[in-house]
Amino acid sequence: MTTVAAKPATMAQALQRAMRDAMAEDPSVHVLGEDVGTLGGVFRITDGLAKEFGEDRCTDTPLAEAGILGTAVGMAMYGLRPVVEMQFDAFAYPAFEQLISHVSKMRNRTGGSMGMPLVVRVPYGGGIGGVEHHSDSSEAYYMATPGLHVVTPATVEDAYGLLRAAIASDDPVVFLEPKRLYWSKAEWSPDAPTEVAPIGKAVVRRPGRSATLITYGPSVPVCLEAAEAAKAEGWDLEVVDLRSLVPFDDETVCASVRRTGRAVVVHESTGFGGPGGEIAARVTERCFHHLEAPVLRVAGFDIPYPPPMLEKHHLPGVDRVLDAVARLQWEAES
Amino acid sequence: MTVQELPGAGAAYRPAPPPAWRPRTDPAPLLPDPEPYRVLGTGAPLDRALMLRLYTELIRGRRYNAQATALTKQGRLAVYPSSTGQEACEVAAALVLQEQDWLFPSYRDTLAAVARGLDPVQALTLLRGDWHTGYDPHEHRIAPLCTPLATQLPHAVGLAHAARLKGDDVVALAMVGDGGTSEGDFHEALNFAAVWQAPVVFFVQNNGFAISVPLAKQTAAPSLAHKAVGYGMPGRLVDGNDAAAVHEVLADAVARARRGGGPTLIEAVTYRIEAHTNADDATRYRVDAEVAAWRDHDPIQLLEAELTSRGFLDDSAKKAAAEAAETMAAALRERMNAEAELDPMDLFAHVYAEKTAQLREQEAQLRAELAAHENEDEGER
Ligand SMILES: Cc1ncc(C[n+]2csc(CCOP(=O)(O)OP(=O)(O)O)c2C)c(N)n1
Repeated sequence: MTTVAAKPATMAQALQRAMRDAMAEDPSVHVLGEDVGTLGGVFRITDGLAKEFGEDRCTDTPLAEAGILGTAVGMAMYGLRPVVEMQFDAFAYPAFEQLISHVSKMRNRTGGSMGMPLVVRVPYGGGIGGVEHHSDSSEAYYMATPGLHVVTPATVEDAYGLLRAAIASDDPVVFLEPKRLYWSKAEWSPDAPTEVAPIGKAVVRRPGRSATLITYGPSVPVCLEAAEAAKAEGWDLEVVDLRSLVPFDDETVCASVRRTGRAVVVHESTGFGGPGGEIAARVTERCFHHLEAPVLRVAGFDIPYPPPMLEKHHLPGVDRVLDAVARLQWEAES
Repeated sequence: MTVQELPGAGAAYRPAPPPAWRPRTDPAPLLPDPEPYRVLGTGAPLDRALMLRLYTELIRGRRYNAQATALTKQGRLAVYPSSTGQEACEVAAALVLQEQDWLFPSYRDTLAAVARGLDPVQALTLLRGDWHTGYDPHEHRIAPLCTPLATQLPHAVGLAHAARLKGDDVVALAMVGDGGTSEGDFHEALNFAAVWQAPVVFFVQNNGFAISVPLAKQTAAPSLAHKAVGYGMPGRLVDGNDAAAVHEVLADAVARARRGGGPTLIEAVTYRIEAHTNADDATRYRVDAEVAAWRDHDPIQLLEAELTSRGFLDDSAKKAAAEAAETMAAALRERMNAEAELDPMDLFAHVYAEKTAQLREQEAQLRAELAAHENEDEGER
């Protein structure tokens, strides 16, 4: 293997590379979806795969999400490893029936004899100025379905590592791609021995002592920025990037909260019935005696995703995170 | 621009086809014959061995339906959707496939699975309630009996497509009811299959009703087989109570798929003699005269009369078939009367390839609960 020196790469390139490497290594890996072939996907994540591996391995399907995922189920039954692309978060909904009734349950209903080693890639979340139906954060729906893994990268390196892990997984993985991070860059070398994050492991992105920001996907950079800004107030914030919503890494999260005694969950999905409620409850159940304050949530408003000209008011930004941190009753400590 | 200003609005507006446009196929050869295809009673030559096999399986199938229905009355099965009256379809679907082929049954197609060789008890675990799919689908190449309507159809397409990509000689036969043809998954599966030219046969058993809703309220199409044309595949209409005809039409379609000819949609016109399930009251939506008319067009009687008149079937062969069915039923009864063996810890066994930390915690909780109960029971004794 020739080693490629680290140079700036985007998350989009890392995702493409992950599929390419997986397809090169394992002939059973197939990519399918709308416009994934000749065009390389509307975000160009599958760019060049059809050319390199042929249309049978990277297939432009008819425009039908249930059909795409449903046929992928049959392909997985026959020993292939389909990687399905849903064009946008809100266009994955027609495929929910297949996802919930079959993809997530097949191993269980067949007593373990028929796994579903497939990946559903969903570009999700807002912040790119998309019009209606192009910015949903649908993670709570997926999280509520036993049998699925739900992961979401926040860095270029994780985009590669987690997608490789997802494709290698013998269980179905809903792979949520924070689309506003597609063009985020990092010095990255695909051939350097990067540790492929095992699914289910959170990571401390920034150590700190004052409070823990628990977050994932598109909100990770927001939290890192907030942590930098918080230094001015004398707060030293720890940022935990979950990477995997299912399985949930209670260990890393709780170890952090026990150290800091305070926690804020940050995500752009709605707060009511959203992932933050589950996370706050878990943290409270496990760390109650270590908590100096209630676990707070900073989430998107409980509204349908707003039109693009208003989305900046909806998306939790640095200020909202800092406001929440300020509400963690600091006086109690001093 | 308002609608009035659109060019051609008001007059019969037809967009001009772009220059390269050509119809993909002449629809005429894809259209089904208006009358359901029949073999019995037409004097067509019949393969004696095949007919006797069909006959034996029909007898066994009907007995199986009766036995399973009886088991619901004894509380041994939670529910049973009987296929009495539809046995010709069930049996032909199973017999028409080769060993390497795959069957994708719906919840009503237990018989097809059993006729393909599945253990009759394993075929009933879903309905007994001890597990969902009581068998390894790979073993007999039978997908799980599918409860959500039509969702198994895209699976059949994907599997057949995958097999063809691998260069394997595999055909998938997917079964669905008349009601299921209204679902989006039916449409998407047929479309994918036709575009990919996947080796799939779609087999609709039109038994007249989707629970209580008659076909006329389900579709405005001339027949369900007509739906094939819009996808660019042939549609065929067959008398679903004529076992020889169903077998022949299915065999043709399977052979066509096998030689790379692509998918076929087959509609078998049949009738559900029993209620939808034992929980349904069919008298609320259909009249006795209709049921009686269909009883006179019974698949077993039709085949039996034909085979007897041709001298293929004598009393001793009839007796042998009946006895074999009785033996099967007695064994089924006996095995189903034994309590199902359940292990509560199985709840966590097959959710993921590897248990998550959360599931391990919950497993420990249940184990502790069970142990506590056991201690209580011991204390009482
Ligand atoms: C998606 C879905 N909707 C509703 C049901 C409930 N349901 C079970 S059977 C049935 C009628 C199906 O009729 P048909 O497809 O004609 O098959 P048949 O029962 O006659 O074999 C309905 C509505 C279901 N199983 N799945």
